[in-house]
Amino acid sequence: MKNLNWTAFAAVVLITTTGIPFARAQVNLAGTYAMTLDEDFPERLPGPEIGDYLGIPLNAAARAHAEAWDASLLTLPEYQCRVHPIDYVPSFFNIRLWEERDKDSQQLIAYHEHHEAWGTERTIWMDGRPHPPDYALHTSQGFSTGKWDGEILTVTTTHLKQGWIRRNGIPRSDRAIVYENYIKHGEHLTWTTVIHDPAYLTEPFIRTRDFVESPGLQMGAYPCESVVEVVMPKGKIPHHLPGANTFLAEFPARYGIPTEAAMGGAETMYPEYQQKLKTLPKPPPLKK
Amino acid sequence: MRLRPFARHFTLLLSMTALAGLVHAQQNQDFSKVQIHVLPVQGNVYMLVGAGGNITVQAGKDGVFLVDTMYAPLADKIVAAIRTISKAPIRYIVDTHVHADHTNGNELLRKAGSTITGGNVSADIKDSAEGAQIIAHQNILNRMSAAKGPDTAPSAAWPTDTYLTDEKDVFFNNEGIRVIHIPAAHTDGDSIVFFRRSDVISTGDLFTTTNYPVIDLDRGGSIQGFIAGLQKIVDMIIPVYGQEGGTMVVPGHGRLCDLGDVLEYREMAVIIRDRIQDMVGRGLTLEQVKAAKPTVDYDPLYGSTTGFWTTDKFVEAVYKSLKDGKK
Repeated sequence: MKNLNWTAFAAVVLITTTGIPFARAQVNLAGTYAMTLDEDFPERLPGPEIGDYLGIPLNAAARAHAEAWDASLLTLPEYQCRVHPIDYVPSFFNIRLWEERDKDSQQLIAYHEHHEAWGTERTIWMDGRPHPPDYALHTSQGFSTGKWDGEILTVTTTHLKQGWIRRNGIPRSDRAIVYENYIKHGEHLTWTTVIHDPAYLTEPFIRTRDFVESPGLQMGAYPCESVVEVVMPKGKIPHHLPGANTFLAEFPARYGIPTEAAMGGAETMYPEYQQKLKTLPKPPPLKK
Repeated sequence: MRLRPFARHFTLLLSMTALAGLVHAQQNQDFSKVQIHVLPVQGNVYMLVGAGGNITVQAGKDGVFLVDTMYAPLADKIVAAIRTISKAPIRYIVDTHVHADHTNGNELLRKAGSTITGGNVSADIKDSAEGAQIIAHQNILNRMSAAKGPDTAPSAAWPTDTYLTDEKDVFFNNEGIRVIHIPAAHTDGDSIVFFRRSDVISTGDLFTTTNYPVIDLDRGGSIQGFIAGLQKIVDMIIPVYGQEGGTMVVPGHGRLCDLGDVLEYREMAVIIRDRIQDMVGRGLTLEQVKAAKPTVDYDPLYGSTTGFWTTDKFVEAVYKSLKDGKK
C-alpha cells in the first residue's frame, strides 16, 4: 500500500458510493412483468374490428391499404408465423427484461427484452453505438438505442420492417421511427410507444401499455409451424378490390358511429372532435 | 456460349459507336462523390452499395465472384472496395440483366480480373485468361452484340459465357452457386443468383426496395413474369422463424432484405396487378385506369412523379402488359 495514491482512492470511493460522475440508471428495469389488459382490451385479445380506424392519424394511402386488407391473408403459410413488430408487441402477454453489463467495468451495455408472444426478442443498446446505415437489414424488432432521461428509459428504434398500427390492415411503413419510454413506478411499468411514420401517418401515434412486476412468473415457449390451412392457387394474395369490401360498413353500423368518423384521421384523436361527431349522420343499423 | 477472346477485335469499331447508347443512363450523374459501401451479408457474401444497382460479392480462396458491375466510372472504387474483402483475383461476373446501371462496369471489372484456365488452353491461347468470365443469359449477349440498339456495347463488355437453359451452375469458393433464369419478367434476360452455402440470393431488379417493379416491355418484360419471378424467390427462401432471418436477399436497389421484405413487395405487385386486371376486364382505358389511382396505398413507399420510373409509367406498363395478354 506504499504507493497508494490516497486522493485517487478517495475519488474512487466517492464515485462508487454516490455514482455522481456515472450516467447510471436511476432504476433497474430488469425483471419479469405480467401484462395488464385494462387498456384497449377489445383491440388486444379479441382484435380490432374491420373498418375501425377511429383515433388513428392515418392518411389516405393507409386508409386505402386497410380497406383492401383481407384477413384471409393470414391463412397463407408464409404469413402464419409472422411476428408482431416492436411497436405492436406491447399489446400482448408477458415480458422479461435483463441487463447486459461489461464484466470489468460494469457499465451497462444493453437491455435485452423477451416477449412471450411469438417469442421475439429485442436489444436496446445503451453503450452509445450509432444506428446502422440505411442499407442494412430491417427487422420486425428494429435497431434500438436507449438512454436515461432521469428515471425514464427512452428508446429510439429505426430499421423496422413494414408492420401494422392495427391488426385490421392499417400499415406502418419501414421508414417509421419509433420512440419509447419505459417508466417504472413501484412495481408497475408503463411502456409508451410513439410512432412517427412519414409514409402512412399525418401525426405521431401514441399508445401506452401497462405491466406489473411478477418475479415468479413463468413464460412458455412460443413454437409456430406453418401449414396449408386453405388450398389456394400459388401466389394468390387475398385482398378486396377498391370499393368492394362490404365488411367496412359493419363497424359503424354496429355501434352507430358515423362512417366518416370510423375512417379515422388525425382529427378523430382530439376531444374537439366530439362536437363534430354530433353533427355527422349515423349509418343505418345492420340488417339482421 | 463461350465467346472466344479474338472475337472482340471484329466488333471493336462497332462497339465504339455503340458506347454512347450504353452510358446514356449515367449522364448527369456526378460519380466523383459516390462512395462504395461494403456490407457483410453472411457466409462468404457481401453487398456493395453505391450508385446504380447493388453489387453482390462472394469471396474466398478461389477468388472473387461478382453479381453485376454498376457504372464504369466507379470501377476503380469498386475494385478498391473489393480489395478490402479479398486480394484474390476477380474470376466471375454475372449480369442479372442488360440495363447499364448493372452492366456498365463490365468491361473494366472484367479487365481487373482473370479467367481460370489451365492445360492446353493456357498454352495455346495466351489471352484466354485475360479478364474475368462474364456469365449471363443469352438474351443479354444478343442485345449487347446487336449491330444497332439501345444496349449495344463494346465487345469487351459482352458476356463471355451465356446460357439458354433454366439455370447454370458454378462451384466456387467451396460453394455451389446457381444462376437461375426468370423468363419475361424485368426483361427477357433476367437471372437471379443463389449462393447455396452462404444462403444468399442476389435478385437483380426483380426485387428492389426503392421503386415499383420496372417492367421493361421493350426488352421483353411483363408483369406476370415479374410476379412469377418474385414467387420463385419466395419459394427459395427458408426463414429462421416467421418471415425473418435465414436466407438473405440482396435486392437490385435498396437495402439488404429477407423473406418479409420480399413478401411485402410481392403483395404489392399482385394486388396492383389484380386491380388493373379488373379494370382492363371492365374495359377501362389507360387514362381511366391512371385516374382511378390503383397504386394509391403503395405510392408513399414506391411511387414517384419524377425520374426514370414514375408511378404513371409503372401503371402504363402493367396495363399494356395485361392488355397485350403477356403471361
